[in-house]
Amino acid sequence: MADTTFRSDAPPVDPKLASLWETKPGFFGWLSSVDHKEIGKRYLVTAFLFLLIGGLEALVMRAQLARPDQALLTPAQYNQLFTMHGVTMVFLYALPMLSGFSNYLWPLLLGSRDMAFPRLNAFSYWVYLAAGVFIYSTFLIGQAPNAGWFNYVPLAGKEYDPGVNIDVYALGLIFLGISTTVGAINFIVSLMRTRAPGMSVNRMPILVWGTLTASVANLFAIPALSAACLLLWLDRQFGMHFYDPVGGGQPLLWQHLFWVFGHPWVYALVLPAMGIVSDALPTFCRRPLVGYTAVALATVATMVVGFGVWVHHMFATGLPGLALSFFGAASMVIAIPSAVSVFAWIGTIWTGRPVFKTPFYYFAGFILLFVIGGVSGFMTAAVPLDWQLTDTYFIVAHLHYVLLGINVFPVIGGLYYWFPKFTGRMADERLGKLGFWVSFVGFNLAFLPMHLTGLRGMPRRIYTYPAHMGWDLSNLLISIGAVVLAVGILITIYNFVVSLRRGAPAGPNPWDAATLEWAVASPPPAYNFRRIPIIASRHPLWEDRLDHVDARSVIDSDIVLDEGRETIATSVLDAEADSILRMPGDSLAPLMLSLALLVLFFALLWSGWWLAGAAGLLCVLITAVWLAPTANPVMTEEVARG
Amino acid sequence: MSGEPLSYLEAAGPAARPLTQLAWGLGAVSLVVVAVIAIALAAAIWRQRSTPADARALEFVGGSGEGLRWIYVGLAISVPVLAVCTVWVLMVLGQVLHPARPTALTLQVTAHQWWWEVRYLSPSGGEAFTTANEIHIPAGAPVRVELTSPDVIHSFWVPKLAGKMDVIPGAKNVTWIQAASPGRYRGQCAEFCGLQHARMAFFVIADAPADFSVWRARQLASPTAPVDANAAAGAGVFANHCASCHTVAGTPSGGLVGPDLSHLAGRTTLAAGMIPNDPRHLSDWIADPQAIKPGALMPRTLLTSTERAQVVAYLQTLN
Amino acid sequence: MADVLVPDAPLPVAPVGRLASGWYGMVFLIATEAALFVYLLFSYFYLASQSPGAWPPTGAPDLLIASLNTAVLLASSLAAWWGQRGMEKGARGQLITGLIVALGLGAIFVGVQVHEWMGKSFTPATDAYGSLFFTITGLHIVHVVIGLLILACLAFWASMGRFTAARHVHLTVGILYWHFVDVVWLVVFTALFLTPRLGFG
Repeated sequence: MADTTFRSDAPPVDPKLASLWETKPGFFGWLSSVDHKEIGKRYLVTAFLFLLIGGLEALVMRAQLARPDQALLTPAQYNQLFTMHGVTMVFLYALPMLSGFSNYLWPLLLGSRDMAFPRLNAFSYWVYLAAGVFIYSTFLIGQAPNAGWFNYVPLAGKEYDPGVNIDVYALGLIFLGISTTVGAINFIVSLMRTRAPGMSVNRMPILVWGTLTASVANLFAIPALSAACLLLWLDRQFGMHFYDPVGGGQPLLWQHLFWVFGHPWVYALVLPAMGIVSDALPTFCRRPLVGYTAVALATVATMVVGFGVWVHHMFATGLPGLALSFFGAASMVIAIPSAVSVFAWIGTIWTGRPVFKTPFYYFAGFILLFVIGGVSGFMTAAVPLDWQLTDTYFIVAHLHYVLLGINVFPVIGGLYYWFPKFTGRMADERLGKLGFWVSFVGFNLAFLPMHLTGLRGMPRRIYTYPAHMGWDLSNLLISIGAVVLAVGILITIYNFVVSLRRGAPAGPNPWDAATLEWAVASPPPAYNFRRIPIIASRHPLWEDRLDHVDARSVIDSDIVLDEGRETIATSVLDAEADSILRMPGDSLAPLMLSLALLVLFFALLWSGWWLAGAAGLLCVLITAVWLAPTANPVMTEEVARG
Repeated sequence: MSGEPLSYLEAAGPAARPLTQLAWGLGAVSLVVVAVIAIALAAAIWRQRSTPADARALEFVGGSGEGLRWIYVGLAISVPVLAVCTVWVLMVLGQVLHPARPTALTLQVTAHQWWWEVRYLSPSGGEAFTTANEIHIPAGAPVRVELTSPDVIHSFWVPKLAGKMDVIPGAKNVTWIQAASPGRYRGQCAEFCGLQHARMAFFVIADAPADFSVWRARQLASPTAPVDANAAAGAGVFANHCASCHTVAGTPSGGLVGPDLSHLAGRTTLAAGMIPNDPRHLSDWIADPQAIKPGALMPRTLLTSTERAQVVAYLQTLN
Repeated sequence: MADVLVPDAPLPVAPVGRLASGWYGMVFLIATEAALFVYLLFSYFYLASQSPGAWPPTGAPDLLIASLNTAVLLASSLAAWWGQRGMEKGARGQLITGLIVALGLGAIFVGVQVHEWMGKSFTPATDAYGSLFFTITGLHIVHVVIGLLILACLAFWASMGRFTAARHVHLTVGILYWHFVDVVWLVVFTALFLTPRLGFG
């Protein structure tokens, strides 16, 4: 029987498993690692760097906009900055950050030793990194994308933007889409196959629900963006006419395709982050989440409705009144599942016993920001009012409350929460709380006045503005707030860096949390679980203290599986073991394929067709070697029991 | 005009007023929601907080309390509010989609990178004419605005008179504006359209109906030949250097690339609402448009300072 | 409880059949690829609905050769399926024959399709219809070529004896993709060749 009491020691290290699962030391070992925890950390660090780059871009823009009629930046520079700020935050930071959490945590949360496709996981990261490099490759030569993150044609067409700027955008997002797509497939199949016995769908943490929902949505949303970008590139490169009205194309085709992608994407950026809160907040309220089923269903419902509301980004494009009414009403409906989650969180705090640790501050702050971002979204869903609000700073305020409030705050809270698990050390509480208050005050100082600026008619995407429009004071406040927010983020980074070396040792479960990742050592061993756990409830580590739970999970069961890199596969709904999965070992193939793709995309960018052909051929060869079947497979195996 | 020319918290016509009411109404609902949630959140946090001294805090785990009631009650309150707001929104939509009575005047507005061309259609057999960046309308009457673009997407927006309507190449969108009383209302392109999107403003000037008739008649009049020698010389310079892009109705100058300059002296601003229309600014603008509005499609003209002064003198006569 | 969740009998070691992660992976890859074609066809019908003139501008494309070519591709799918069935019975020769026939028919399809392209009176740069026609059929051809590469790999691995009657998940997964390429063509064929004859274009 497993020991699940508080302050339990982590299970002892199993040398045989360690030798099977650990990545070889050295540079090539590092490059070939397929350990989901390693990949997760790479995602987190890379995405955080992009957050800082995007933040710096924002600060430069705020310097320009602090006073009217300034000329620190030329319009051309400003346009590239705001475009890259958006592209960076929306594409290179927000989702990859959440993928980092999910990559690191999923197998630990689900009781598995790795994701379903470990090499694909590594590939997904390398492609993300390569696409990030690709998208930034023309930034320093002053030819970065410059038509806004939603890149409307014909402004983004060859005639009005003849440089390489938009080609980088179109190809870069197709490239990045490969990473997101294979990542999404990996999450979905991992969910279907690699859960511990007993981890049935009604016991999965909400973060898993959030990432699952986002992944399924991405499978159907990303192709819309890829198609839109492909058609744009064909228009620009080969003179086709998808978007050009003179040749029978339609500028609105871009908007439909883009927003069919864009709106579900926005939910993909927030649902896993909301999952972080739903899972971690209860730890600090010392009770299970209120309304687990309702929150899980609300997560899925948000996305389902989210696929039917893309037109609310296009209310001012001259659509007929009936369409406006339908999409306006549908957009209002989304408020309902969001309200379910908010009340579930408040109910959890209300009936719980809050413990004021740093992560709790971020989660509590998040709830307030979520509501502010939610009600401003409700205002923009009101079609006729949106005709005033759209494309003003009101929208800028709204989307920052949504993306910073619902993504960045839970993300930083999540980093504090799992910092001990990632590193084995506790982050400093004093610096943590200071960082929170500075960030929280700076954030609201920057973005609350922005609503008013928008109501006073300041259009977005203007590189400067005349004096005496009623915007001077609020813009100054916004710029000051941006600096304060930046200081808050710096304090947070400082805390992480210092705590990484000097933090107190954490032990396996410093917060006395309920979920599986806290049952293993901090940081976890390469193989995650010494024995495959058998799960009996939603709260494996709290069972003996919850009066309504009779079941007992077995963390250190008798299922060993140490004949190779193995984990157990279970059925989709009830998680009954049905086979043993032989997991692939470390490999350089994912990196090689990503590099070949990078060459391919650069060749396409600069119209080097022969090079593109050669790189494409190389991709085929690497893939064939990667996927080749092994010579002498094992057929069946007893479950090795300890 | 107040100090907030683009604010839509104050409306000046029937196409904008219901939107402003909606803004205040939904804004108030939003503030109440935020306040209620903030109070509930604060109360929840402070109600049973564990103190730092409570060393056993982390060991306590509570079972399933009465938390679900929050979801039931919360939804029971918020869903009806949401439903009522949705109905209100749809009613307002129906209210502002079309003007209450037929429009008497139709304007064809063409949005260019980065200025506005305005064509007044003949009311009934009368002559049509074109102007730029300043739109005169008769106060108290709804005006139909037909929107087209020859280049990229723009958005036509006069916040105090109506919501936005995008101007999309290859399509003709239609909106309407109406000013309740005479006044000067600022407009602005609201869809990012390139380098000088920020400086793509315009003005709607609502005149008393009699004043509007006078203005209209003046727009239809042909310019009188300049008497002043300087201005007369300027007419020649204009014909040589400016006429390939600009039109002055009633003269041979008929360029279609830049704004129509007929009756330029009657306008109050230059460069799409950016700088005042006076001889000094006009001269600076002609000398080096790129210094004032970098990226604007008007090139630097190679005029001597004398020629420039002559052109300015000529343009001053076009009233 | 644990007894139900984990049987005492030996468990199969995946990848076998639908226990293989790869099979699920391919199903979802197909789902996202199918979505890509849905969006392209959405673009086709959207631009068709907005077109002021006749659609297609040059009249509906010829049916005869395209229909025959469709039959060729269907036959190719059939051959691959027949080969796979052979392997399930342990008949490696049947598998290799099936794969080679499928490859041959697929190559004929590509050849005929390219020949059809040559005969068009319009190019991708002529108008929106041309752009759509060549892009949609072109993207499909790209998928056919990828499918042919997969079939070639499968034939190669089969000849090396990498598949057995019980264990051939690569085959199942690869041929599933080939069937998908086939089904996509049926949809593309219906949209581009048949709907213009239905009178609402």
